[in-house]
Amino acid sequence: MGNKKKIILKLSGAVLGMYLFSFLLVPLYDVFCDITGINGKVTQTKNAESSITVEGREISIQFISHNNEGMPWEFKPSERVSKIKTGAMYETSFYAKNTTNKMMTAVAVNSVAPSNAKDFIKKIECFCFQGGIDLMPGEEILLPIKMVVDNELPKNIKNIVLSYTIFDSNLEHNITTDHDSDHVGS
Amino acid sequence: MTNIRNLIFSSKSYAILLTLFSVATSADWNALNMTQGVTEISKEVYELHMLIFWICVVIGLLVFGVLFYSMYAHTKKKNPIPATFHESTKIELVWTIIPFLILIAMAVPASKTLQNIYDVEAGDINIQVVGYQWHWQYRYLEDDISFFSYLMTDLDEIYNKVPKGENYLQEVDEMVLVPIGKKIRFLITANDVIHSWWIPAFAIKQDAIPGFINTAWTVIDEPGVYRGKCTELCGKNHAFMPIVVKAVEQEEYDLWVSEKRSAAIALAELTEEDWTKEELIERGEALYAKNCAACHQTNGQGLPPIFPSLVGSDIVLNNKDEQIKILMEGVQGSAMASFSYLSEVEMASVITYTRQSWGNAQKGDGEIVIPKDIVEYKQSKI
Amino acid sequence: MSAVVENHHDDHHHGPAKGLKRWLYTTNHKDIGTLYLWFSFAMFLIGGVMALVIRAELFQPGMQIVEPEFYNQMLTLHGLIMVFGAVMPAFVGLANWLVPMMIGAPDMALPRMNNLSFWILPFAFFVLLSSLFMDGGAPNFGWTFYAPLSTTYAPPSTTFFIFSVHIMGASSIMGSINVIVTIMNMRAPGITLMKMPLFVWAWLITAYLLIAVMPVLAGAVTMMLMDIHFGTSFFNAAGGGDPVLFQHIFWFFGHPEVYIMILPAFGIVSHIVETFSRKQLFGYSSMVWAMLSIAILSFVVWAHHMFTVGMPLAAELFFMWATMLIAVPTGVKVFNWVATMFKGSITFEVPMLFACAFIVLFTLGGFSGLMVAIVPADFQYHDTYFVVAHFHYVLVPGSVFSIMAAVYFWIPKWTGNMYDERLGRLHFWLSFIGVNVTFFPQHFIGLAGMPRRYPDYALQFADWNMVSSVGAFLFGFSQILFLFIVLKTVMGGKKATSEVWEGARGLEWTVESPAPYHTFTVPPKIN
Repeated sequence: MGNKKKIILKLSGAVLGMYLFSFLLVPLYDVFCDITGINGKVTQTKNAESSITVEGREISIQFISHNNEGMPWEFKPSERVSKIKTGAMYETSFYAKNTTNKMMTAVAVNSVAPSNAKDFIKKIECFCFQGGIDLMPGEEILLPIKMVVDNELPKNIKNIVLSYTIFDSNLEHNITTDHDSDHVGS
Repeated sequence: MTNIRNLIFSSKSYAILLTLFSVATSADWNALNMTQGVTEISKEVYELHMLIFWICVVIGLLVFGVLFYSMYAHTKKKNPIPATFHESTKIELVWTIIPFLILIAMAVPASKTLQNIYDVEAGDINIQVVGYQWHWQYRYLEDDISFFSYLMTDLDEIYNKVPKGENYLQEVDEMVLVPIGKKIRFLITANDVIHSWWIPAFAIKQDAIPGFINTAWTVIDEPGVYRGKCTELCGKNHAFMPIVVKAVEQEEYDLWVSEKRSAAIALAELTEEDWTKEELIERGEALYAKNCAACHQTNGQGLPPIFPSLVGSDIVLNNKDEQIKILMEGVQGSAMASFSYLSEVEMASVITYTRQSWGNAQKGDGEIVIPKDIVEYKQSKI
Repeated sequence: MSAVVENHHDDHHHGPAKGLKRWLYTTNHKDIGTLYLWFSFAMFLIGGVMALVIRAELFQPGMQIVEPEFYNQMLTLHGLIMVFGAVMPAFVGLANWLVPMMIGAPDMALPRMNNLSFWILPFAFFVLLSSLFMDGGAPNFGWTFYAPLSTTYAPPSTTFFIFSVHIMGASSIMGSINVIVTIMNMRAPGITLMKMPLFVWAWLITAYLLIAVMPVLAGAVTMMLMDIHFGTSFFNAAGGGDPVLFQHIFWFFGHPEVYIMILPAFGIVSHIVETFSRKQLFGYSSMVWAMLSIAILSFVVWAHHMFTVGMPLAAELFFMWATMLIAVPTGVKVFNWVATMFKGSITFEVPMLFACAFIVLFTLGGFSGLMVAIVPADFQYHDTYFVVAHFHYVLVPGSVFSIMAAVYFWIPKWTGNMYDERLGRLHFWLSFIGVNVTFFPQHFIGLAGMPRRYPDYALQFADWNMVSSVGAFLFGFSQILFLFIVLKTVMGGKKATSEVWEGARGLEWTVESPAPYHTFTVPPKIN
């Protein structure tokens, strides 16, 4: 019967282990994303300055913004498209303004397309690294970005899109807007 | 009698029957099968699909052939004493290795096509596609054009009150216009939940995920109207947010772009203009039908208690500031969402329409709301 | 623990208690097996009614019977109930009945836990079904419950849904531990691992899969719960989370789950095919290896459910190749069954009819599975009715047919009575026709471009949707006949011999029919 007990213990251990493993998947996924560029998120680069070398070829870079649901701020790139040189430092900014009459905190999420360009964008400074952006009613701000596109960028990539989406960090989605109405209709 | 016999047995009638049959089947076949689409990629995908299909058919015929043969020939009646073999390393190896080789033969063209799809050169035209519950927004990045695209099918068609039109559930109020022969890149994202943007004719299907950008590209060979759908469950109106792309010649596209831009400028000017009640009501009626009637009903009576009536409502009658606030911000804890994405002119028109319709003008203060009021409201919030 | 473990010795040589208490307090593997099977059948009918609501709405274009909101609740509950309430408990029920008898054990190793793992199940489904009557309605985000539709945008009943998934998970995990301990510890002397009947092998592998992935599902719903109520942001982009992460975790559970629902079927079909072919199963050891490799591969293919979320090329290629690889061991199994029948001495009693239909139709589902593995083509198939047709071919004429085959095959052993062969054949043919009329046209609808989870559709899909709906009602109502046949067999009928079938092999056929309440209290002698 000792054998039986041992198997039960082992299996229970496996169950617990797999449960914990499911939570471990969260940080593992980030590592995985970092390696594969799976979700196109750019994180702060430690030694980004090292990418500043000789100026390379010219590529175009596009900035796009989106306000997620329930985010009333004005939010847009200061410049939409620009030509930049790989290997050179590039600075730009996004403009944000809290158009409401209450203090709000926004969280910015960035994404790069094509996703395999991600590894070659080295960000030195970005507002998306901070936890959130607090703005008082009516306050406006220029959010800086400093970055270098590595010379190693694959040759077929001639255009990069950097997207920033801002979310209201306190958004409580109002369920009733979806479900009280059964009918089709927008 | 002989006539009939002739008819039945003559080879001629068989030939006719055979052609009829093959026409019927081939006509059906196209409707039953995957579309070949109108782009190089979509045709490649179709070829790939057919290749795998035929490989499966051949394997199926072989395996089921042996199976059905055994079922027919090796019954207890015909073969009362069963054979006794029950393993053969040789044959088991064969049917492990051969499928493996077939799989490699499939994987090679599939991987090639996939690489072609993943080609990431810049597009000539970049369009940001945003999925909303439950419509799409399109922003042309180079040309500064932006619009929403809603289902145009009438609710009465959906609820079987009137006959359904040809493009039932596949028609939108504003199509995505693109030129043929140009590389168009779609940058796909979402505003709330995950949606998925699919156009079969281009073999593009990409999930629209809030906060993330997914890309897809296409070069369309032939002018035409191509219809697609949302393919990720996104809530109750998942089936009611179609996609329509119209591919046109370059000149027509350029014309459309310039019209769109001047319309945008005109709209901005309209905001400044002095508006008459009639102009606003006229604009407001269409907007009301599109944005409000689903809940508040065409007659304004709503479906209380969830969708309150606008007829005789104190806010609609006498409190225009409150009404502007409700439309801009929505009402917490109720079904009323914010409509702040409407332009100033649209917002003013739709509010004025409700204040002037169904006898509301006579019962209340009868005041209209002009676009400048909305501009002022927005400024007051700063 | 050891008290629990050893207590089953107490009730040796007693008959069953009388009345309701027998079922409430039972620790007998046969009783618990029966409970699981009846519960699963009840869930099959409830989930089936929901499927018929869906098919009735889709009979014609336009909204006529239900509203889209309710339609979404139906498709969600249909999926959850069929997966967790019908197919999985049916296999657990069969395991309870058969595993101890097949390995010459007196009972399951952990009889009290066995009782518990069953009785929490009706409770879980009561909670799930009661969400239909809650404010905001039942869960409406599909059985895959993708965030953020299932978190930020979910109805309040989601909390109850999470609770009920936790209970189902606990039940499955307890059931699996029980199966593994039984198989590892209680085999009669002489039954080595490679001499175990294939159904036992299949269940051993299934149980390990369950142990590995049910906790991951529990983790996923726990994270959802925390996102909804405790302000975390696992899946919420606004808080630095990632909605795609949810899909990765879900499918890490979800793909092995798919094999959990088919491996026991492989075991069942193997037994039936060799019995009615009167010929030993071809390639026993390759069958075992095939199941093992399918189980292992199932952990590295999960992202093939997500080819359109925007993964890098390398990831898409990897998951495509790994998925295609599964076709090899699956093919081996099909070839082995065909080879078993080849030069056999076959008769076609009802279990064999279902098994033959299984081989053909499951293989069709396998073919469409191979097609959806091809990434570029999957951009066209993904989330359309082609996929719906694919997984229903694998699950209905696959898993469900195997369960029905198993019932016909072993019911003489369970009840001591033969079922009515004529009615059984009728049930088979109605089901066979019904399944194909329902699901075959869905391939066409999908290829023509109709997405899944749509309550209403464009006019070009109308004809085949109508056909599919007719088939669904035929299949659905045929199952009332199945209920009738089973009840009739329980009440009486021609007495069954111990061997029941001419070509029967295995220990369960050495005990008399019906199997006594306690079997193999003394381990049998194996040659």
